Amino acid sequence: MTDQPVLDVRGLVVRRDDLVAVRGVDIQVRAGQRVGLVGESGAGKSLTALAVMGLLQLGWTTEGQVLHDGVDLTRISDRAFSSRRGRTLSMIFQDPLSALNPTQRVGAQITGVVRRHTEASRDDARAQALELFTQMHLPRPEQMLRAYPHELSGGQRQRVMIAMAMACYPQLIIADEPTTALDVTVQKQVLRLLDAAVQDRGSALLLITHDLSVIAAMCDHVLVMYGGRVVEEGPVREVLRSPRHPYTKGLLESQPTLDNIELEGTARLPSIRGNVPSLHDMPTGCAFRTRCDRATAQCEVVPVLEGDASRAACWHPEPALSQAGRS
Amino acid sequence: MLVFLARRFTFFVLALIASSILIFSLIRIAGGNVAAVMLGKAARPEAIDELMAELGLDRPLPVQYLDWVGGMLRGDLGTSFRTGESVTALLVDRLPVSVPLALGGMALALLVALPIGTYAATKAGSPIGTFVAMASQVGIAVPVFWAGVLLSLFFGVRLGWLPTGGWTPWSTSVSGAVQSLILPVTALGMVMAATLSRYTRTSVLDVMNEDYVRTARASGMTRGGALMRVGLRNASLPLVTVVGLLAAELIGGTVIIEEVFSLPGLARMILSSVSAREVIVVQSAVMVIVAFVMVVNLIVDVLYGVLDPRVRVAR
Repeated sequence: MTDQPVLDVRGLVVRRDDLVAVRGVDIQVRAGQRVGLVGESGAGKSLTALAVMGLLQLGWTTEGQVLHDGVDLTRISDRAFSSRRGRTLSMIFQDPLSALNPTQRVGAQITGVVRRHTEASRDDARAQALELFTQMHLPRPEQMLRAYPHELSGGQRQRVMIAMAMACYPQLIIADEPTTALDVTVQKQVLRLLDAAVQDRGSALLLITHDLSVIAAMCDHVLVMYGGRVVEEGPVREVLRSPRHPYTKGLLESQPTLDNIELEGTARLPSIRGNVPSLHDMPTGCAFRTRCDRATAQCEVVPVLEGDASRAACWHPEPALSQAGRS
Repeated sequence: MLVFLARRFTFFVLALIASSILIFSLIRIAGGNVAAVMLGKAARPEAIDELMAELGLDRPLPVQYLDWVGGMLRGDLGTSFRTGESVTALLVDRLPVSVPLALGGMALALLVALPIGTYAATKAGSPIGTFVAMASQVGIAVPVFWAGVLLSLFFGVRLGWLPTGGWTPWSTSVSGAVQSLILPVTALGMVMAATLSRYTRTSVLDVMNEDYVRTARASGMTRGGALMRVGLRNASLPLVTVVGLLAAELIGGTVIIEEVFSLPGLARMILSSVSAREVIVVQSAVMVIVAFVMVVNLIVDVLYGVLDPRVRVAR
């Protein structure tokens, strides 16, 4: 396996006229690696994913490079891009009810992907779809193939989506909030299936979520986004154990855990003060400074990502764990 | 699917009964009577009453209604009071004019509107797309009769290519009949196409922004492929409904167009029968038209069930 990343996003900017939603993001995903992209809604996570897939709605434009398989995806034709989508890179969307074609049987939607990208015959494609459904633990897969999306439960639909994204053994899967629309009990099952499917295929995963516990369970590397920029990045263990950016820290502290329920009594969950600024009045400099306790005049200049084990874009970061532990 | 069909069909029958009652009542509420028209202004009231009795119009209304409906169920649409001709024969005379006019108009509208609307949707935001959208807006604003008069003036009077009006029966000359239908069908079709293309554009535009189209693209369909394979079928759902509604509008359009091009069609026959208070003729002819519109809508409903699997279970 070469060391060339399966996805190398460089200086990605996504904008709609004057509205800049993603402000220069770098992401590297190596073969088989699992990278989490975390942040609140409005941080630019989904737009980043759609920009990578070349599926932004009309009106949005991108700058920067999206290198995949040695090709800059932002510079190839729709036809050339289409031959890669679903084959070498694929995507799982948040709401599986609206993301599946309501007027086509789910089996046909799967075989469609297979037949689009391979030479498989109708029967071969059907056999593959059946195999995928079995892997996804869909009950009575034979009948399931003939079902329409509205006849399935939310969890079943999302498994169909995963099966569809996995059908051609892609090098990279982008999953945008794959469990957010599901019941808590179903979330775990679906994550486990996604985990196994990615494992089996040796695919790389770019997992987008606002839920740090999902990142902790699924990923080995994490990027924290805020205000259209990556504010912290590093191995999951480092970042979650000793967050260096005040935003990451706030995010972690606002996750309910048994600890802070027992310690604080009933409902004293800490939260980050203020709201995510809208795209229209994003602060200059560090976007987080209006909500940050440590903000100084220095923060009016955009900080860059710095650090060794984990990197944070902050003028006043928490000390890294390794240093703190040694001293 | 069977339950769905049975339910739709029951609804269809109930609607037919309801409209037959409505038609029967309306023509009577309009006042006047055929006997007075037949005997002229100078007629003595006793003579009018006598003729009314002779025609069976003095019987209680429920009896008259049941008599009429019973006849229709046996396939007897009644006879004209004045000429004694059967309504069926009158219809058979007129349908070769009206049916090709209505169906031709509808077919033309579909053939023009679906591609243009779809094209406009794919070009939304570009100058061409805006132009098409504006052109259809103008088309919607054009009344049918105005379109008819303009076409007739240009192709009939100015260029002399086609007859400005009148009718050559199919039995006399097929090409003559076709020629006398071209302009009326065009006028009717183009005006409907304007409305329909606008709906098509909106519908396609909506569907192309749906998540499942994005999924289709994410799984490797090109923009055009997703439009053809996923977009059009889903966009056709609301359109099928619109076409059903337009069918009723179409009949209204034929009344005007038959007048503008002096075609001896069904609509003109009904108009003259209304002035003559030929209640049976009006009732039966209108009933035939209503039934036609309802059949179209029944087909629309069934088609909807075929196109959209969600409908079959839902209602």
